[in-house]
Amino acid sequence: MKYAYYPGCSIKGTGRAYEESLLPVLKALDVEFEEIDDWNCCGATAYMAVDEIKSCVLASRNLALAEKGGYSEMMAPCSACYLVLNKAQRYIETSGPVADTVKKALGAINLKITKKIKVRHPLDILLNDVGLDRIKQKVKRPLTGLKVATYYGCQIVRPYSTFDDQYNPTSMDKLIKALGATVVNFPLKTRCCGGSLTGTLPEPGLLCAYILLKEAMKRGADVISTACSLCQFNLDGYQDKIAKKWEPVQVPALYFTQLMGLAFGFSEEEMGLHRCIVPFSLENVLNKEAVAS
Amino acid sequence: MQELVRTIKYEADRVPGFGKEIMQVPGCENLQSCIQCGTCSGMCPLSIYMDYTPRQIIELVRSDFKNEVLKSYTIWLCASCYVCTVECPREVPITDIMYELKQRAIYEGYYPKRFQIPVLANQFFKMVYKHGRVTENFLVTEMLLKSNWKDIFRSWKLGLKLLARGRFPLKTENVEKKEEVRKMLDVVDRVSIDTLAGISHTGNGKKH
Repeated sequence: MKYAYYPGCSIKGTGRAYEESLLPVLKALDVEFEEIDDWNCCGATAYMAVDEIKSCVLASRNLALAEKGGYSEMMAPCSACYLVLNKAQRYIETSGPVADTVKKALGAINLKITKKIKVRHPLDILLNDVGLDRIKQKVKRPLTGLKVATYYGCQIVRPYSTFDDQYNPTSMDKLIKALGATVVNFPLKTRCCGGSLTGTLPEPGLLCAYILLKEAMKRGADVISTACSLCQFNLDGYQDKIAKKWEPVQVPALYFTQLMGLAFGFSEEEMGLHRCIVPFSLENVLNKEAVAS
Repeated sequence: MQELVRTIKYEADRVPGFGKEIMQVPGCENLQSCIQCGTCSGMCPLSIYMDYTPRQIIELVRSDFKNEVLKSYTIWLCASCYVCTVECPREVPITDIMYELKQRAIYEGYYPKRFQIPVLANQFFKMVYKHGRVTENFLVTEMLLKSNWKDIFRSWKLGLKLLARGRFPLKTENVEKKEEVRKMLDVVDRVSIDTLAGISHTGNGKKH
């Protein structure tokens, strides 16, 4: 199976460490994929606020491009893209007027949708197609002793639960455990990170991020693992502002793929760890844990 | 002792038909089945900042209080985490209703001027039309310039940190076939979803 890879805009800019870690990890596991040629923005949450139908049209160009390329499955690592692509498909399926408009819009540029491309998150692909056994086999440097709070964010399990439980997802927990790390109990795993509010209305946005960081610290986590570029950005980028507003917090936030890469033996540089604003060094954390025990 | 203040809403302030209009939008039909239990407001991580809780918004919509709803901060504070939608015992897609209300507020010019969230949505919209993709750092800069430009000074530290870590692209991302994206979006301009759904109102993103 070769997947059509839909990166999304964030992963090319502020969230580039996600791509830098995801691609080598997939390659190490012999997962085949190719970036969709000339993909466009999915529409994200902002576009829905202005015009839902246009948002569907934007998303469907990417689906049509994947179909044209002969793919049957698409990989979307960003939660917002993942949700919007799924949502567009549901709208097209359930609403005649939406389907007609999308057809017309795609027709104007000689594209069409004739089948349903399965849109999947890398967590789904890693767990259900690759499998934990193959992942375990690739682990060269087990993350023994590392305490991880697994944070899924909202949009990969809500409103559609395509591959994991809506209320208590566990796919990332299983994956992190397979790397040898310890997963701390983190009940806020699907609570909102603040989304784009951190950039627009600081007080409510930052409070969302602050609550997550504080909870992770109280649970003794060394690091938070995320699966979305906006979640990672909100948890990593505003810790100094949160300190000014409420109290000092310090927990690094990485992509789950960065942790996988480290366990697979890639260097911190190769996994884009230098892009974190709150620094993380596996060695330092593990040494500290060893001294403490 | 603290003075207790209560806002009175008058029947005369209602805009008859507003509730029905929203209920006719595909996806918003379930509005009628809300039992006002308040699960949405209890679960919402942002309801503490809202002027009306999500439960109140639903009732205000049904009762035709158009001005109160479209002028509220609530609709803009919804970060679309969908927890209300998933938890609602009556399967009311509250997040989608919030999206619909945002669209109305933008189209009918209701939102507070220079209020960052709708400004961001509008800038996002324009950027996609122009480039086909979004470059977040430029988007946020544009939003600040069009809303509270002084906030740029509060954000410069973060900007520098991102720059130092290669997370602040200096070039905008572009789709190669930009005209394709524009052509598609222009087609939609000619077919508004509301008119397709047989609703006389034309407030769903026809004008930008």
